[in-house]
Amino acid sequence: MSLVAAALSLGAVGAFFAALLRGRPAGGTAGFLGGLAACAIGAGAGFLLLVRNETSGAVIPWSSPFGALTFGIDPLSSFFLICIYVVGGLSLLYGRGYFPRARAGAAFAWMNVLVAAMAVVVIARDAVTFLVGWEVMFAASWLLVTFDDDEEARAAGFTYLVASQAGVILILILFGLLARHSGGVRFAAFAAAGAPPGVLASICFATALAGFATKAGLWPLHGWLPQAHPAAPSPVSALLSGVMIKMGIYGLLRTLTFLGPPPAAWGLALLVVGGLSALGGVLLALAQHDLKRLLAYHSVENVGIIALGIGIGMLGQATHAPRVAWAGYAGALLHTLNHGLFKGLLFQAAGAVGQSVGSRDLEKLGGLSRRMPATAVLFLVGAVAISGLPPLNGFVSEWLVYLAALREGTLAAQKGVAAAAILVVPLLALVGGLAAACFVKVFGVAFLGEPRTPAAAAARDAARPMRVAMALGAAACVAIGIAPAAALRLVAGPAAALSGTPLADADPALGALRNVSLGAALLLLVTLGLLAARRALLRRREVGAAPTWDCGYVQTTPRMQYTASSFAAPILEPFEGLLSLHARREGPEGYFPMHARDERHLEDPGEAIVRRMLRAVALVLSPLRALQRGPVQLYLLYVFLTLLALLLWQVPS
Amino acid sequence: MNPLAGVTVHLLMLLALPPLLPGVIGRVKAWMAGRAGPPLVQPYRDLFRLLRKGAVYSRTVTWVFVAGPAVALASTFLAGLLLPLASGRAPMAFDGDLVLFAYLLGLGRFFTMAAALDTGSSFEGMGASREAAFSALAEPALFLALAALAMTTGRLSLSGILGGLDALPAAVPAILLSVAALGAVLLVENARIPIDDPATHLELTMVHEVMVLDHSGPDLAVIEYASAMKLFITSALLAAVAAPGLAGHPLGLAVGALVVAGTVGLVESVTARLRLPRVKQFLVGASALGAVALAAAVFTRGAA
Amino acid sequence: MSGVPDLLLALLILVGLYMVSTSRLHACVRAGALQGIVLGMLPIALQWTHGIVPLSLHVVTLSVGAIAIKAVAIPRLLLRSIREAGVRREVEPMVSLHGSIVGAAALVGLAFWLGERMVLPFPVGSRLLVPAAISNVLLGFLIVVARRKAITQVVGYLALENGVFVFGLALAQEQPILVELSVLLDVLVCVFVMGIAIHHISRTFDHVDTDALASLRE
Repeated sequence: MSLVAAALSLGAVGAFFAALLRGRPAGGTAGFLGGLAACAIGAGAGFLLLVRNETSGAVIPWSSPFGALTFGIDPLSSFFLICIYVVGGLSLLYGRGYFPRARAGAAFAWMNVLVAAMAVVVIARDAVTFLVGWEVMFAASWLLVTFDDDEEARAAGFTYLVASQAGVILILILFGLLARHSGGVRFAAFAAAGAPPGVLASICFATALAGFATKAGLWPLHGWLPQAHPAAPSPVSALLSGVMIKMGIYGLLRTLTFLGPPPAAWGLALLVVGGLSALGGVLLALAQHDLKRLLAYHSVENVGIIALGIGIGMLGQATHAPRVAWAGYAGALLHTLNHGLFKGLLFQAAGAVGQSVGSRDLEKLGGLSRRMPATAVLFLVGAVAISGLPPLNGFVSEWLVYLAALREGTLAAQKGVAAAAILVVPLLALVGGLAAACFVKVFGVAFLGEPRTPAAAAARDAARPMRVAMALGAAACVAIGIAPAAALRLVAGPAAALSGTPLADADPALGALRNVSLGAALLLLVTLGLLAARRALLRRREVGAAPTWDCGYVQTTPRMQYTASSFAAPILEPFEGLLSLHARREGPEGYFPMHARDERHLEDPGEAIVRRMLRAVALVLSPLRALQRGPVQLYLLYVFLTLLALLLWQVPS
Repeated sequence: MNPLAGVTVHLLMLLALPPLLPGVIGRVKAWMAGRAGPPLVQPYRDLFRLLRKGAVYSRTVTWVFVAGPAVALASTFLAGLLLPLASGRAPMAFDGDLVLFAYLLGLGRFFTMAAALDTGSSFEGMGASREAAFSALAEPALFLALAALAMTTGRLSLSGILGGLDALPAAVPAILLSVAALGAVLLVENARIPIDDPATHLELTMVHEVMVLDHSGPDLAVIEYASAMKLFITSALLAAVAAPGLAGHPLGLAVGALVVAGTVGLVESVTARLRLPRVKQFLVGASALGAVALAAAVFTRGAA
Repeated sequence: MSGVPDLLLALLILVGLYMVSTSRLHACVRAGALQGIVLGMLPIALQWTHGIVPLSLHVVTLSVGAIAIKAVAIPRLLLRSIREAGVRREVEPMVSLHGSIVGAAALVGLAFWLGERMVLPFPVGSRLLVPAAISNVLLGFLIVVARRKAITQVVGYLALENGVFVFGLALAQEQPILVELSVLLDVLVCVFVMGIAIHHISRTFDHVDTDALASLRE
């Protein structure tokens, strides 16, 4: 526990010096070193605490109106600490190479604050501390989203502000309900009091789901994500997508620990939300050709998968199937960690590409594999991981969710629950297939083939710190994929705590995972063997080089390669009924056509929702504009009058 | 039979039998067209011929192009290890291995598509795009059918499912529907008519063939061999489901796979390739069949 | 000699009124310095007459520190930044000086009324303590609200803060930390002043005039 405190303080010190010295290289170095040390200590602390399965607490007395600040550690918190600090450390390392010296200080300052705030959220044990951490987390992330201070960043910042605070209001309501029921604000009191009676429990759950879903980016409250994450600088996007949205997941899980064993209806609700997020996210991702926006939609998809895992876990609890519950929660938690790792890797690679080429538009890239070889390989690792393909880590966590769904489907007595659970299987398959298709598109269009623009042809590989950070992330993905049993030991504790099963019940899945390890190792061995055999065969043969076969076209240009939109068009076509597709076509005319144009945009219903929310907020608040006249003295007068009013109100009584 | 012998037979079947299936298909099609047709072992000869050749590589390609065939073969081989070909229990069977089975095939597809895009040619890109669209729609069908069978038998591994089918007479409707769905999936996975025409040489009409247009020599041999292996695996799976009781009997499964191949040949001879939008409808129909199979499984489970 | 604290507090209120009514910037600043000296002497006076505030090294340091900061350091900084920023020597009021004096008198009256109502549960060193504190706060606010120049607003903030300090003295026995916190607030004021000096706000905003900040209007 003291290690965590050390990590927090180091982070704060690093942030302080970075902010103080920002604008000078010393600020950047201070922030980086302090932050890196904090992340190393924090991750180490998380590992130690998790391995020891420790549950402890600490109280800092404070004269705040609600009493002391309570902190605590349990397996769930330790696991999330690992997620936060590992991804945080990787982002800082990457940022070292990404940010120019002049801006690095401010960036590292806010990143350190963000990481520290997330850690506070995870170890908070009363509502006030939680909310303080939550709001500081929001403030730091908002500063980072608007860091670049251009049109896109400002718009994204505003959307993020409104969406986030809407979520906070819901969380406040949740805590209010729980506090009224338990008579205090400590989490221990919430857990002891259990679920409020009758429909109030479902209201609590619904509020929690809505509030935390806004932060997590679940459909339909995800509209802010595709604006905010691309607008932020890439190291920050990695941190936001990789960990910050998982804070919503943490909040939801923590609320579940208060409310006790859930009824099946809640699990079904989560399955619906998760399924819609997963499918909607991947479809919308397919339609994007901005690299970072695409990745942001994939975050929506993966959070949907995590929600599916949690939903199955809840169903398992409701139907008294401890193994199902365990597998579902374990899959969701492991996917949280995995997604942090591979999404961070992908955003970092995308940032390297964006920085090097100067554009994030897929249609302007191409052939980057020869110019940025390290980034290409690492992006491929991330792409295979996020598609959930063996032998990498994405497969392991998705497999756990599949297993849980299959078990629940075949074992559950209630037909409705069994049907719902087993329907998760083809849904995940569809989502996985679409995700793989999307990443083949991205990898193929961006990194393979010929460069489509001169900027792409002139690209250079990423700086050393960036490559190291990406390589570490990729190594972690491979490691978890090949040796999943070790990773499973990380999630076993929290999953057992959440599902209410003793730790020993985890064994059956562990045994199966040994085979997965074996399979992964065999796969790599056979592939390498085949490649070696090929090389041996070709050594004595004639190997020639020629341009790609072009069916007789005399002057193929790189622009004639298949574009990202073309690749995605047939895949999206069956789903056109679900999503509104706007297409603009000017076909080629005449015998020697000079122009042709085909543009497709997919309208995201989530963004429409957020837009409507913004308009409502603006409508409500615009009368207040009359108060904003200009002179500073007027605002101070408001403060003064309020003070007078308070004095007059309180004192005579 | 003892485990070691079982593994040996399994490997033998997996490695040696596959090229026979395209030979059978070719022979059946020729017979239907009134020709004599190539000998059954022709694919073996083709493969050895290709292995003896050199290779020509495009100047645009990178290591991805070289890795594509290798990964495709490795993943297909590993998927084959999950089927109960030689004994009631596959060498690497475990609960939930049907997911690994499907995803291994997906991995092979991923790298084949990436290798196709590596050439920087519109034709390969077209093929990759269509392949992506079709396989994305075929995955749910496959999983629906397998899930239906899992619910019917109550087992979660391929070996368990395939072994447990013959004991359940009440599961016949679910099995029939699953067979139909799996048949459609087989046609898609192996790029057969009515999805794709392996015999055409018009790039604009091909799906799978056009993805491998630029491969030559040993690479092409590996690709053809991997396709044959995938055909064998999916045929064996279909045979085991269609004729419950075949699982674990190597000879029976081999014959069953050959029968399936022959049926594919027949289908290829009498139908024409579907137009591309119709292919997607076909696949959605397959998914619907799978869903009905699942529903049947859910509602007859209580009775079984 | 029970009258000494009363005298000091009355002096405090009068100086506050002077600050509101003067039209010369230097006089305003010097009045602030005078308030600082008075405040420095208060703890000692309170201890001496009533034995309420425990006299110790602690209190002496406090007094010396308060005088050093409020009467010496801050006024000197203010005068220097007035010189460096090239601020013109007149106070520029938003409310006319006559109006300010009337308003100030009303506020002092209000302060006394509130002081009557606000009964503290423990004995205070002087009857004037609470009214003086509140009146300083209110007068400080008035200066901040009714003046244009940034420097005057800093002076107003100082007056406000002096009021808080006096109130803190009343609670010194119960919550000693409050007094130290209020001294720390002075550090904040130093930061303000330095900010004005360093950024030459007069140049950016034309005579340290906060009217230009009205461009913030929507």
